[in-house]
Amino acid sequence: MRSQMKRWAVGVAALLGLALAQNVTITYWQYDFKSKVEAVDELIKRFQAANPNIKVIHQTFPYDAYQQKVASAVPAGQGPDVVNLYYGWVPTWVKAGYLQPLPDSLAKTVDSDFISMAQAAKVNGKLYGVPTAVRSLALFYNKDLFKAAGINTPPKTWAEFLEDGKKLTVKQGDRYTQIGYGIAPDGQDHHMVREVLLRQMGGRPYSDDVKKVTYNTPEGLKAFTAYTDWVKQAGIGVPNFFPGNNGYRDGFIAGKIGMIIDGSFAIGSISSGAKFNWGVAELPIEKPGARKANFGSFWLHGLTPQATGEKREAALKFLQFLTSEETQRYWLEKVGELPARKSLIKDPKLSLNPVYGPFVLSLAYAKATPFVDETAQRKVMVDAINRVLLQNANPADSLKQAAAEEQKVLDDFWK
Amino acid sequence: MRLSLARREALWAFAFLLIPLAFFLFIRIWPAFQALWLSLYEWNADPAKRNFVGLEHYQQMLGDQLLRKALTNTLLYTLIGVPAQLVLGLVVALLLNSVERFRDLFRAIYFAPYITPAVAVAWVFSWMLSANFGIVNEILRLLGLPAQPFLQSPQQALLTVTGVIVWQNLGFQVVLFLAGLQNIPREYYEAARIDGADGWALFRHITLPLLNPVIVFSAVIGTIGFLQLFTQVVNLNFTDQGGPLGSTLTLALYIYQQAFSRFELGYAAAITVLLFVIILLITLVQLRLLSRRVEY
Repeated sequence: MRSQMKRWAVGVAALLGLALAQNVTITYWQYDFKSKVEAVDELIKRFQAANPNIKVIHQTFPYDAYQQKVASAVPAGQGPDVVNLYYGWVPTWVKAGYLQPLPDSLAKTVDSDFISMAQAAKVNGKLYGVPTAVRSLALFYNKDLFKAAGINTPPKTWAEFLEDGKKLTVKQGDRYTQIGYGIAPDGQDHHMVREVLLRQMGGRPYSDDVKKVTYNTPEGLKAFTAYTDWVKQAGIGVPNFFPGNNGYRDGFIAGKIGMIIDGSFAIGSISSGAKFNWGVAELPIEKPGARKANFGSFWLHGLTPQATGEKREAALKFLQFLTSEETQRYWLEKVGELPARKSLIKDPKLSLNPVYGPFVLSLAYAKATPFVDETAQRKVMVDAINRVLLQNANPADSLKQAAAEEQKVLDDFWK
Repeated sequence: MRLSLARREALWAFAFLLIPLAFFLFIRIWPAFQALWLSLYEWNADPAKRNFVGLEHYQQMLGDQLLRKALTNTLLYTLIGVPAQLVLGLVVALLLNSVERFRDLFRAIYFAPYITPAVAVAWVFSWMLSANFGIVNEILRLLGLPAQPFLQSPQQALLTVTGVIVWQNLGFQVVLFLAGLQNIPREYYEAARIDGADGWALFRHITLPLLNPVIVFSAVIGTIGFLQLFTQVVNLNFTDQGGPLGSTLTLALYIYQQAFSRFELGYAAAITVLLFVIILLITLVQLRLLSRRVEY
């Protein structure tokens, strides 16, 4: 009897000890995406095993409701300590007080160990988040459709791209049944003008301090017209050819589109959906040996103002764990996203991979657009393209209007 | 002191009303007033850092082109949508009222879209209206007509969205009118026929006036619904919400974008105040113009 009491007492003491040791609880938020949710669950298990005094609560929300949840939860003190967000949202979140700057030591690590696009997480010189993974754009092409059209290799220059696109486009009356290129201004294409075509033609979208729009220039117009001419002159595609959200990608998966330009984040749905042979190639360029350019982007982990004192220490520890080399290696295997650390990107196994390779090679020269208000700036470019494609506006006028509108967005932000 | 039975009953009624009243006051009305207060501040997650800006957001609204577009669109939706669903609803109800067989079946069929989630309706329609793969354009092709861009055209998108919503609301409208029609005593028609009135006169002088309460109710509810339009617009053009070129943008969607994509909650609150004033004014005008007592 007595020994049993003793055992009980020991048990209670052990539980109490555990409870006392587990004295910090932090919350992590991300949007709902199956493989990412599973990966973070596993990572939290590992983190908690190494840090028994920290408990991490993992909460997810549908993508459409995600920003809305953050917007209302953080001011109410009910939100996350560590939060996952798109890099383009950082400036508006910082301005509205939803993120706190990270310590200089972390900024130094990002400067030395992460690929250069991670710098886009800085606002006014202060770092507000660190990515686990990064993305770039590449050309996905349907090998079976290419073969049927008598094309052997993916296009290397834009001239070849247009030629192939024409061969792949099939029209019956006034309806398209197959198109060469899945044009999607509101997909990834709006990045093409500013970060790919313009830079390939020697232009730059913004001034160094990101306070001036600099694409209303001859190079800018050349880049913009080159893009809109894919539809207007070459006719290698039509906007909204295939219905649905991400219709360009769905149409490609359905085997009705020869080529699309999409991010590395699309690899997952294309490999599981496409029932044909497909390949990935680096984005075409002006002519052999010409300048390369690509758009890079990433999701990152930031700290909300809610994380203070002990919680901040724990949150920083978790953030560092989420962006460590080990985690990034695991993330690549589990989620299929490219690591953000230089050391991992240099791995030749990765750059020689037929699917990941073109994306990895592009990371060397990819630039993340320094958005100050991604939603507004995206709309400016999508509208500029749509004015030409849907309303036959003069490209020069449309580009000029876009530059003025985007300048106003920049001015409003910096005022 | 002894209370009379009537008084005690009244007290109990008040006691029970208190709960819904508290709900409305604290969950609906109080936040609405908070929006008014919010609209005077520059938003920040930290309440201590919310700077008072006075009427700056209201000034900002004056020069906001996109807001003007959203406002015009919202009024267009309402001006086209409300009369369309009233007229169509009445026509279908009159037809259904004159059939004896399968009336309930027809009514169920017309009502089905109304209970279908708006998001599902929007997605199915965005497929049906697709330029190259949609069934609607397939029908046009069989009729020898050119393909129409519908939701992809800045000219057609607003009308197309309105059409989808009217289609969805029609069933509700029909049920309301059918109930109204069945409330009109048959004796009125019989008496009028004896006096020599024919179809149109019966409709004009008996049906329409006696349906007035239903028409007022439908017009007010329909108007408020269209003025708050959001879900269908978001889902009918999911990757360019409110597009193409802002042609389908509504006030409610614009408020949502300002608040939750751009974290400008102060400015968003100012626009909700504008929307509130618009809805209030239009509803008051409607009630005044349309409400009249009809008795025979």
